[in-house]
Amino acid sequence: MSSPILQVENLVTAFDTDAGRMTAVDGSSFEVPRGKTLGIVGESGCGKSVTAFSITRLLPQPHGKVLGGSIRFEGRDLAALPLEEMQKIRGNDISMIFQEPMTALNPVQTVGKQLAEAILLHSECSKADVLARSIDMMKKVRIPAPEQRLNEYPHQLSGGMRQRVMIAMALINKPKLLIADEPTTALDVTVQAQILELIADLQKEMGMSVILITHDLGVIAEVCDEVAVMYAGRIVEKASVFDLFAHPRHAYTQGLLESIPRLDSKPKTLLKAIPGNVPSIADFKPGCRFAQRSGREHSESHLTTRPAFVEIAPNHFVENCPICVA
Amino acid sequence: MSLLTVQNLQQHFPVRGGLLRRSVASCKAVDGVSFTLGEGETLGLVGESGCGKTTLGKAIVRLLNPTSGKIEFDGQDITRASIGSLRPMRRHVQMIFQDPAESLNPRHTVRDILEEPFIVQKMGTKDERRKWVLDLLDKVGLPATATDRFPFEFSGGQRQRIGIARAIALKPKLIVCDEPVSALDVSVQSQVLNLLLALQREMGLSYLFIAHGLSVVKHMSDRIAVMYLGKIVEMAPAEELYHTPRHAYTKALLDAIPVPDPAMRRKRELLQGDVPSPINPPPGCAFGHRMKHPKWEQSVGMDLTLKEVTPGHWVQPCPCCA
Repeated sequence: MSSPILQVENLVTAFDTDAGRMTAVDGSSFEVPRGKTLGIVGESGCGKSVTAFSITRLLPQPHGKVLGGSIRFEGRDLAALPLEEMQKIRGNDISMIFQEPMTALNPVQTVGKQLAEAILLHSECSKADVLARSIDMMKKVRIPAPEQRLNEYPHQLSGGMRQRVMIAMALINKPKLLIADEPTTALDVTVQAQILELIADLQKEMGMSVILITHDLGVIAEVCDEVAVMYAGRIVEKASVFDLFAHPRHAYTQGLLESIPRLDSKPKTLLKAIPGNVPSIADFKPGCRFAQRSGREHSESHLTTRPAFVEIAPNHFVENCPICVA
Repeated sequence: MSLLTVQNLQQHFPVRGGLLRRSVASCKAVDGVSFTLGEGETLGLVGESGCGKTTLGKAIVRLLNPTSGKIEFDGQDITRASIGSLRPMRRHVQMIFQDPAESLNPRHTVRDILEEPFIVQKMGTKDERRKWVLDLLDKVGLPATATDRFPFEFSGGQRQRIGIARAIALKPKLIVCDEPVSALDVSVQSQVLNLLLALQREMGLSYLFIAHGLSVVKHMSDRIAVMYLGKIVEMAPAEELYHTPRHAYTKALLDAIPVPDPAMRRKRELLQGDVPSPINPPPGCAFGHRMKHPKWEQSVGMDLTLKEVTPGHWVQPCPCCA
């Protein structure tokens, strides 16, 4: 097996706020295999987007900081790279697409201009070449009448088309790693299916690796190879997608899988619910963070000592709280 | 007898343009919808964004003035009722909104929010109302200490519980639930769905359950209506719709749902294109038009009123999709 394209070790990211330092990502480790898709699943505030912004060094400044750990991309530690070096990588070797294309695209520039910018930032290109590459990419993301669309503004496009434009921008420099942060959350299911398939097709064609961030276990099951489940700033479980859905080990993963309504479940029956609410960052505990919602008795030491992240089965990692992992 | 009967309901909005902001076209958000809803029953309403499901819900609770058609609630025609004459009806028809953060007044305490329905309906003394508020909080699983707090102090799931408490305050017969869980975290969604199911059983409520997620709708509903571009294209009992969908659009919607089981991955027939604009809908079967179905032209000028193909299973009888 070749080495993973991205290797994140013990990443700690925090924000300095008026109320003190808030640790949004608290020591997470994972890697993205070449040509594969890693899914990061979790609820709001679990740190999945902050993880992505840490990798691309797009944390809000000056409050957001990577405090520890390493982010190795093709042998280089992105966390320690000078900003100019990072700018050469971002949008070139590593690209990102976001949830809401309407806010991520520039509303006062045409699609063509924005695509051209992405090309010209990373290579010297004649006008004709830029146009040819842009049209070629628009065709790849299956936008009909690309020549005409290049002259249009984002507001003239539908939500699905806007997301296609964003994918075109992200992929125009043939990145090795694509980070997709909730790319289909704002879209209808029918359009979501189109976009997910598009990403998978282009991934195969271009051989890139993908990090897909989502809260939707259905999306994870459909497209990912590996999955990391995040809860309250930490990865609580990580395994191959088949392993995770067939043999979830952590109480949170199990609860999450049991609580979603399925098409084949009996209508109007009570669902298994996880009690309580997602903890807010100010209430993160040093020990097992799922303790209060697990419905299982935790002793004081489980709440104060952080459980180790261990390989419980081949390539199946879990935050090994003895109560939550039974 | 059914609690709610909707007949050929139309809700059009003027599209204004030009210098004088004259009405230049109309947006047919709801374009001839008919259905009934029984007591204690849940009718699920699904469709892509822009299909008119929210507009339909708002028209039924009469937050809008329908363009034409008829809404009958509990034997009473409420289609044209004035605001004043609607007040007694409002006790019995309530609504839960998608985003509880936006539908609760941020400057009111939970007590103010929950007491207001009683004050509007001139019910009870101050002490009685305070007791009712506590009862409501208990019913939706919030602590009594919540009364003096403000909406922002609660999490999304708890806020939706406040929204539900407000909706059930006057012991309504019908609640229109418009995407009640889509803004909530996954682990909290099932709590709220369970609460809605329990309240329905306890109070004999009828729900019009609007959502874009077909798996959630299917779990909550007795019957499901599928909407496309302002029209219902198929309506059937929940299980039947899932097992034997008849209309091509229903099939496409079902097929697009991601299944949370990697062992069930499959190659899909992908639906192309987006929902067309309801301002200038194509003639005939709108979905056949989107699919560029060879038989679409036959549907132009046809009577596309729903037909009952098997008991309780209604489908739009277009030659292209059904």
